[in-house]
Parts: sequence; C-alpha cells; structure tokens
Amino acid sequence: MSGIGTADAPATRRDALPEHHGSITRRFLGGLVTPGGAVFVLALVLFAAVVASNPAFGEPDRMVRFLARSAPIAIIAMGQYFVIVAGEFDLSMGAVIATQVVMAGNLIGQDDSRILPVLVAMLAVGVLVGLLNGMATTLLGVPSFIVTLGMMLALSGLVFYLTGGAATGNPTDNFRSIGRSGVEDVPVIDLLPYPLVILVVLAVFAVWLMRRPYGRTLIATGDNPSSAAVSGATVWWVKTRAFILSSMSSTVAGIILVGQAGVHPSVGQGYEFIAITAVVLGGVVLGGGRGWVLSAAAGAIALDLLFTLLNFREVPSTWRDTVQGVIIIAAVALSGRAWRSGNKLPRMLRRPEADPEPPIPPAVPPPATGSQSAGTP
Amino acid sequence: MLAPATPDNAPGPSGNPGGGPLLRARGITKSFLGNVVLQDADIDLVPGQVHGLVGENGAGKSTLMKVLAGVYQPDAGSIEIDGEPQHFGHPLQAQHAGVATVFQEFNLLPDRTIAQNIYLGREPRKGPLVDTGRMRRDTAELLTGLGVEGLDPDAPVRTLSVAEQQIVEIAKAISFSARIISMDEPTAALADHEVALLYSIIERLTARGVAILYVSHRLKEIFDLCDTITVLKDGQMVTSRPAGELDESTLVRLMVGRTISAFFPDKDPDTTPGEVALELSGAGNGYVDGVDLAVRGGEIVGLAGLQGSGRTELLEGIFGVRPFSRGEVRIAGRPATLRSPRGAVRAGLALVTEDRKATGLALNQSIATNALGVVRAVFPRRTSAARQALPGLLSSLEVIARSMDQEVQFLSGGNQQKIVLARWLGTNPQVVLLDEPTRGIDVGAKRGIYELMRALAAQGVAVLMVSSELPEVIGMSDRIVVMRDGRVAAELPAGASEVQVLEAATGAGSGEQSDDQNDDQGGESG
Amino acid sequence: MSTSTVSPPTQRRAPVVRRLDTTQLVYVALLAVIVVGTVLTAMSGRSFFSSGNIASVLTLTSTLGFVAIGQTLVILVGSLDLSVPYVISLASIVGGGVMNGEESMIVPGVLAALGVCAVVGLANGLVVTGLGVHGFIATLGMGLIISGYLASNYQGNYGSAPRSFQLVGITLFGPVPLSTLIMLGCAGVGVLMLNRTRLGHHIYAVGGGREVSRMSGVRTHTPVVAAHVLCSVLAGMAGLLLLSRTSVGSPTIGNQGGYDLMSIAAVVLGGTLLAGGRGSIVGTIGGVAIFAVIDNVMSVMEINSFLQDVVRGLVIVIAVAVYARRAIPRRATRFPDRATAVTIGDTP
Repeated sequence: MSGIGTADAPATRRDALPEHHGSITRRFLGGLVTPGGAVFVLALVLFAAVVASNPAFGEPDRMVRFLARSAPIAIIAMGQYFVIVAGEFDLSMGAVIATQVVMAGNLIGQDDSRILPVLVAMLAVGVLVGLLNGMATTLLGVPSFIVTLGMMLALSGLVFYLTGGAATGNPTDNFRSIGRSGVEDVPVIDLLPYPLVILVVLAVFAVWLMRRPYGRTLIATGDNPSSAAVSGATVWWVKTRAFILSSMSSTVAGIILVGQAGVHPSVGQGYEFIAITAVVLGGVVLGGGRGWVLSAAAGAIALDLLFTLLNFREVPSTWRDTVQGVIIIAAVALSGRAWRSGNKLPRMLRRPEADPEPPIPPAVPPPATGSQSAGTP
Repeated sequence: MLAPATPDNAPGPSGNPGGGPLLRARGITKSFLGNVVLQDADIDLVPGQVHGLVGENGAGKSTLMKVLAGVYQPDAGSIEIDGEPQHFGHPLQAQHAGVATVFQEFNLLPDRTIAQNIYLGREPRKGPLVDTGRMRRDTAELLTGLGVEGLDPDAPVRTLSVAEQQIVEIAKAISFSARIISMDEPTAALADHEVALLYSIIERLTARGVAILYVSHRLKEIFDLCDTITVLKDGQMVTSRPAGELDESTLVRLMVGRTISAFFPDKDPDTTPGEVALELSGAGNGYVDGVDLAVRGGEIVGLAGLQGSGRTELLEGIFGVRPFSRGEVRIAGRPATLRSPRGAVRAGLALVTEDRKATGLALNQSIATNALGVVRAVFPRRTSAARQALPGLLSSLEVIARSMDQEVQFLSGGNQQKIVLARWLGTNPQVVLLDEPTRGIDVGAKRGIYELMRALAAQGVAVLMVSSELPEVIGMSDRIVVMRDGRVAAELPAGASEVQVLEAATGAGSGEQSDDQNDDQGGESG
Repeated sequence: MSTSTVSPPTQRRAPVVRRLDTTQLVYVALLAVIVVGTVLTAMSGRSFFSSGNIASVLTLTSTLGFVAIGQTLVILVGSLDLSVPYVISLASIVGGGVMNGEESMIVPGVLAALGVCAVVGLANGLVVTGLGVHGFIATLGMGLIISGYLASNYQGNYGSAPRSFQLVGITLFGPVPLSTLIMLGCAGVGVLMLNRTRLGHHIYAVGGGREVSRMSGVRTHTPVVAAHVLCSVLAGMAGLLLLSRTSVGSPTIGNQGGYDLMSIAAVVLGGTLLAGGRGSIVGTIGGVAIFAVIDNVMSVMEINSFLQDVVRGLVIVIAVAVYARRAIPRRATRFPDRATAVTIGDTP
C-alpha cells in the first residue's frame, strides 16, 4: 500500500496532489487492515459469537441496553486515547470516577435543585485533576505513569477518608436516571438509554475535535514533541489539555455510573486498566502519534463483548483481569509491528543516547559537468 | 613539530618486516541509495606512521573510515591486513582484526567507570567474582602507558572532559591490541593543552608501531602529525603524498577548487536588498558569543564554518530554541526577545532544522498534517484557508507523492524537505532560517530547493542559510558569514572563493589556532 | 617520552560548594526526615527513639525493602516491574497453601513460593526481551493476569503459616527485627552481585547503553531476564514475610500498601535513574527508610490511614520531580554564561 517515493522528475508544473489516494472503497478496505480498523471487525466478530451463544442478545432492545452499559468504558477509552496518543498515560481514572460518584452521592442528596450546581462542581474537579496531572507531567518532568499513580493513591485515599469506606449518599432518582433511563417511546427499541445518547454525542465530539487544529497538533506532538515544539506548539499545554479531556471523560463516566452501579468509593476501581486495554486493543500505539479515537471506543465495545461472551460461556467474571492482561501484552507486541513503527517509550524512560543508525550521508555536490544518476537519498 | 618514530626503527608488534603497509585498501567504493559517496579509494597504512585524511564535508572521509571500521560494507574494493584479505561484516570483526576507531560520538557508557568501560564484556574474574582490583591496575597501566597521569580508573566517564573521554577510547583500543587506530576529527572539541596531550599520545603509539589514520579539518595538525596525506574530493582520491611535499595552501587548493557550475539558479539582477529584516548585536547564548549579523529582505546570507563552529546554535538562538542571554535581536528594526519558537513564529520567523526526521517532521503523520503543522499550532484560525491553499503550494514545490494523505515517512528525502518548507511557507514568514537545507537530498530536488530560495528572496524574504557544502554556500549566497569556534570569523562578499571560505573557517590562512576552552564534543551534529 | 597531567587548570566543572553524590544525599534527606519525625512524634507525646518505635520503623522497612531491592535491579537494567503487588499476594498464597500450618512444610513452602515467583519473573523477562515490549507494559499485563487468577481461585484467606514461621515475622533482637536483618542481608548480596559479578556489571551496562553493550559483545537479553527473575523472587520474599506476620495467605495482601509505586519511588529517591544504568541498592535502602519513617510518624500522629495515602501520593510525586531535574544531562557550554542557569549537575 505504501512505497518509497520515486525520483523527482525535472521541473515541470504538476497537477495538484489529490487529497486521497484510491477510491473510498479501497481506502476503507485498507483501513480495515490496520490495527485501528481491525478492531471494528473484531467487534463484529465478537458480536456474532455472542449472538450465536445467546440469540436473544441480537434483539435491538437488548443490543441497545448492552451499549448503554458499555457506555462508561467506551467514554473513558476515548479519554485515555487523548492521553495515549500524546505519548502519556492516565492511571488515575478509577480514582476520579470514585471521587465523582461519591461527590454526587453526598452533595446532591435528595435535593433536585442541587443537581446542577453539583454537576458544575464535579466538572470543575475533573478539570482540576486533569490540570494537575498534566502540569506535573510536563512542567515538573515526572513521568505520567508516576504522576497519575500518585494521583490515584492520593485521590482514592481522600475519597475513602471522606466516606469512611462505606457506601454513602443516595442521590435523587432524577440524577440516577441519567444512568438508568432514557428517551421513551422510541420505535423498535422502545427505550433509548441516556448513556448511549451521551456516548454518541461524545464520540461525535471526539472525532470532531481530532480533526480540529488542536487534535492534529495533539497527535503530531505525540508523534514527535521536538518537531511540534519547533513548529511553535506549546507542548505542555497541548498535553495538559489531553489530561483534562481524560479526567472529564472519567467524570462523565462517573455520572453515568451513579445510576448504573450506585454510590460506593470502590466504583470505578481498575477502570484505568480497562481503558488502556481498550485503547491498545483499538490499535492505538503506546508512546503516541498513531491511532484513531473511534478505534479506542470500538476497543471498549469489543472488550465488553468479549466479557459478555465469557459470561455466557460461564467463565467467572473474576478472570477479567487475566483476559485484560493477555490482551494488553499481545496487542502491544503485535501492534508495534503492524503499524510498522516501533513502540516508543515514555521520554523519561529512554536514555538520550545518540541515534544508533548511520547519519544521513552527505550528498555529493553537483559535478562540474553532466548529470548524476538521480537516485533517492 | 613532533618527530614521529621512523617505521624501520619502530619495534612494531606486527612484526612487519621492512615497514611495508600493514593495511592495504584498494578500490573502495560505496554508495547510499544511489548516491555514490566514495569511489575507488585506495589507502595504505604503515606501522608507526600517521596517515592524514583530508577533504571537505561530503568528500567521503568519514565513509572511508567507517568502511575500515566495519560499520559500512563497501560495494567494491578490498582490504588486506598483513597481506590477508579481510571482510568486516560487523565492527567487532574489524576490532578483532586489530582495527580500532575513535569516533566523534564515543562508544562509552557514561555512568560506568573508565575501567568498567574498557573491560566491558570481558571483565576479568577471580573465581566467580569480577577481579575489580585487576581491572583497576590494568587500566592504570594502560593510561600510564599512554603517558597520561591523573586519571582515576574508578572515575565515571560522564565526569570526564571530552579530552579525557577520548583518552579512554584510545586506551580501550590499545587494550584490544589494536595495530591500527583511526581517529575522526579528534581535536574538534579539545582545548590547546589537550591537543598537546593528544600529540604526545600519538607519538607514543607510533613508537610502538601502531598505524594511525587521522581524519581532520585542522590543517595545522595534519602537518604537525602526519607522514602521508591523502586528499579526497567528491568521493574520489585526489592525491596521496608524503606530507613533506605539500603545504597548507596547496592542500586547500587540492581539497576544493572546483568550478562552480551553472547549477545554481541565477540571481535576479534587478532585486536590490530591502530593509534590514533581522539584526543581531553581540548575541550570545553559551554556544556562540558576540555575534553581529544583519540580513536584509531579499538577501540570502550563507553561514559557513566547520562542524562545531556554532552555526546551528546561532539559528537556535535566533529562533528561541536556545535563547540568547546576551546581546540584542531586532526584527524589522524593532527589538525582539524571542524566548520560544512560538514567539519566533509570531514574529515572522521560520526555522528549517538540520535533521528533518528528528526535529522537522512527524513521520507517522500525513503530508497534510505535517504541512499544516505550524499554522495549526500557532495560527489555528487560518487553518481552513491554509488547507485550501495547500494543494497549490505543494504543486508549486513540485512535491511528488501519491496523495496528501500519504505518511511522510514514505517520501524521499527531497520531498520530505519540501514538506518541511511547505509547513513554513504557509505562514508567510519574513525571515527564513535554513539549516543544511539540502542535506541528504538528491540532485534534482536540490535544484528545486535552490529555486525556491531564490523565489523567496525575490519576494523580499530575508534568508539565512547554514551550509557545510562550499559550492552551495558560494553559489547561493549574496554574502557569506564564516563562523569559527562560536564567533564570527569573517564576512566575505558574493564573489569569494572556496579557498577563502575554508581558510576563514579553519583559521588556516591567518595562522591562528582555536583558542577556546571547554569545548564540548561536536557543538552541532551537522 | 613525556608524561602529562590531564586535568586542565581551571574550569572543568567549577562547583563552588562540593556537591553531594546522590547516595549521600538520600541519607542526608533521611536524617532530615528523622529530625522532623522526632519533633512531630514528641508533639504527639511519644518518643521516636523508643525501642518499640524503632522496631516499628524497621519492621516497615523490611517488606518494602525486599520489593525495592528487586525493583532497583529491574530499573537499573532499563526496565520496570509493576506486577510486584500481585506477586506478593501469590507468594503468600502459595507459601501458606503448601505450609498449611505444618512445621515440616516450611522449607517446601518457601521453595514453592519463591519458585513460582521465579517463573513469573522469567515470564516477565521473556516478554520484555522476546516480544520487545517495554517492562512497564509487560509487567502491567502480567500483574493483571495474576490478579485474575487470584481473584478466581481464592476468595479469602488461604492456608496458614506454622508457628515457627510466624516467629520470623516478629522476632526481634533488641529493637532490630529479624526480618530487617534478612532484608539487609539480601541487600548486601545484591550489592555484591552488582559490583562484583559479571551479571551485575552487565546489568548496569545494558541499562546504561544497550547498543554500546551489544557492540562490546554483551548478551543483552540475559541481564534483563535475570533482573526480572530476581525482582519477582524478592517480591516473593516480601509476600512470605507478610504471610509470616499475618499467619495466613491472602490474595489481596499485595495490593494493600502501594508496593509498586512506593518501590519505584524509593528507588528513585535513592538516586537510581529511571532510565537505567546508574544507581545503587544502598541508595534505595535509604529511600525505603525515608518512607518507613514517614509512615511511622503518620501512624504515631494517628493520621487516618486513608489520609496517609494522600500524603504518600504527594511525597512520591514531589520526590520524583526533584530527582527528575537532577537526572537531565546538560551539555557543557562553550562560553560560561552568567545568565545560563548553573547546572544542577551530577557529581561523581
């Protein structure tokens, strides 16, 4: 599909470069072959397998409810995508979810009028956490996995302290309905769950954002931060915004989970690893610079389908962690080769050593007469 | 001038009778991706003698040295040691055959000690444990054998100066019983007294019958040390003669002195330079000092100099990558403090860096993403206009690719460089800084870039170009500024000859020698 | 022939104040922390230096100490181990299960536990070297794999430690716990290995420059695998120690204590570079001691255990931040510049 560029032809005006190469079909098929595209195929295959195990699952209203339950992890997968495509990690997601859940439970109580202000407060907390994660990583120079692990430790400690470790707080039904109910009287499926609506809206937003200047700058920064810096990008702020997006996605997931899972400080535990698994399954390269946001969401759906399949096959759900571990290792090992670029390490874990390959050889200056065979350097 | 031991008297470890060549290389030819960088080179290395290899950048000196070191495999030619044909598929093989090389980028582990570095991979043992005492003693012996005192075998290499690290590399070579030691620009980062120490080490080595291949730009040293001098030009051997038959000016003439062909586009005779677009007074940032420079709109100023002279650091200073701490910068007459690339871009500057893969492009991204990179990062609101103009821009640059979607890592070097340029042109800069703009690019693409530079100048843009290719500097520049050791050494007009430029860059003509201290290794990677 | 001295007369590195090397620095920091701790302890009406308190502090050092020694090896070689919490739990389960309260089964229990851990370490090392996946991911995945296994097969406490094994966890020689002595013994062996065996030298070499090491003929996979095996075995010893103290095996005990993050932080505090190639176990022990003192003081001040996590998280991030600045190599400038920040350079 790709090739080394050919020798430059003598100076004539060329037709403008086409925007894309090949027909839509060809590009589509080409995309499916990449890890980022293959995950969609994987999701479909898994879906078929689940339906084969349990035909009732194929009914539209069941599917829709399944997607609604997967919505939180699909949302955090997209959030984690932003951070990973920038070359970093966010391991604090679970703690942020727990914080938000507990805030909702305790601050709203049975008072509907509090819903809006508390929602604002929750979003503010999400922004603050993302800001801290981002600034500690970029400005203090601490590797993101350490910053976010530390944040996880501190934040979950705080949450457990404030709640004493017990399930507390009981937010109003109106708030819980965000996670539980939906638009009623919809044809065919009867109920269109709010979480699914939220997921779709956020997915559209995410795709839109990645096509905006910020999104392109983000992925270019993850690909090559030095080059991005020379281009005038403020690398620390570009990355910090990714962390903020990630924490915001955890916040939204938390809001949904209040309705779906109740209020308890252990809600959300381990979600950061689910998010990373989903992102990696979606073919996004760790170390940054490559991958699509929808593939991350698809990876989450595929993962949930896999868990559902295992459920139907009566594999205890306690094995989920193992499944995730295998997927992470396998996907990272394979994806690096599949995209044809190596897995890059977080900057601090790499020694700043000299480039091992021979430097670009100096081109021979033009001869006094005649022309040189035009090769490709 | 140090007198090297004559080969006949040297107690050569090679046992080579009658002082014939220890190493004989014939017809060495090497190309990279179609570019012939070395053609039919011959060289003889005689025990106890120092053989100098000179030539300007791109002449093929490094390549020849790396072929002998086993880093590159020649496309044609033969190498014989003691009359036995050799084939070096890997640097370790060359090492075992007795050829050691001291590169400019040292192969040392900075956090390990001198002794640990020297014995890496072959640590001596006493029972199951490593015999650190013996490592230390043997290392100390090696060092005193080179005539060096005051180096602690237990000192971590990162605490050593460049000169000391170099000594470690040489000691390492000796510990492998190397009979041939190649040195690549060994004094590029040394101060005067350190150079003197190197001389004495070389003297000792030759006395022991080691053959030395000495690659350098510094002609004074070539004449101080070498018995024979080989000159390469454009990948070919010009001459190989005893040092006594040559002098500095002859050497320079042999190194350069080609006729500049009509390869470079003509300057439009009607353009007169406009106002001063960029002005530096006394600028310094720790790597350069006291630089006064002015570039007018419509002018192309060439910045020449040897590797390590500070040219890249000067551009980095202007662009805010390594901000100036001293002196003043004026853009279009107004003072500007450029503390970041973003500020520089907003002030109308552009920087095409030396290494497009490392700092110029995001290789996994598409042509479009790369070409719109600066606009998106600094002027996001202009993105859609820039995107609409992009096909036209790429067309005028004659970029050859399948589509704007193609990942830039699959483009040829010339096309990649054009994408970098497209990235900057989209911001309509007033001052364009170029660092080795045609490095690693084939002839056809070079021409395109030259034409582009002329077109920019014709539009009134001020162009400051760093280049190590003398024909390019002379063919394209309206004025040439030569740097040496972090300072401006000379300003030459458009008609300057290559010889003049090289003399100013090496300080050869004036008999000066580098006089600074604490150089680090290779101030620029160029 | 002339001999010449190498050191140039003036500006090699001109430290106005003689800088401390990082190992010395961590012990200075430890001293400072002890001083502060003594004051805070006194304010709570207790004495830091009472025999009981010293014993507490030292007890805290032992578990984390084992893990941190192993983490040092892995980080030195340029990798990382995030699977340690799960390996700790695994060791306590296997040990407790095999021993099952029988005195005669102590040795087989220990061997089985450490054997299983060695296998895990081997798997980690092979994934890193064979699949080319960085240790961070490989051990993250492996940890999750073990987590699922533990969650599925063990719902609560499992097995038990016989009496004499329990004694290991609580025996004291004056204020010094036996466990601390064992841990320091392991540290000593580790130091010896790093400084005086080829494996140790190669661990440093591969961590400090893989290509350079390879060019010198070092087989770069071996030190990496060996480091991972040793790290997991040492984590296993931590697990056995916890088994001894709690007298039952537990599938979740490894997760209670933040061992992954704390061990990495102790290693960094002790002066080991996260990128590998430089550092020491001696420094790590200093880092472990600092955290032990902090933990002890917080307990004495009766700070809620959840809040202790908050403090720990903050301390870790700040500590790594401070050390991150020191580790960045700075290129020497040609013209020493007043305005250029003086390098917070590394000293021999």
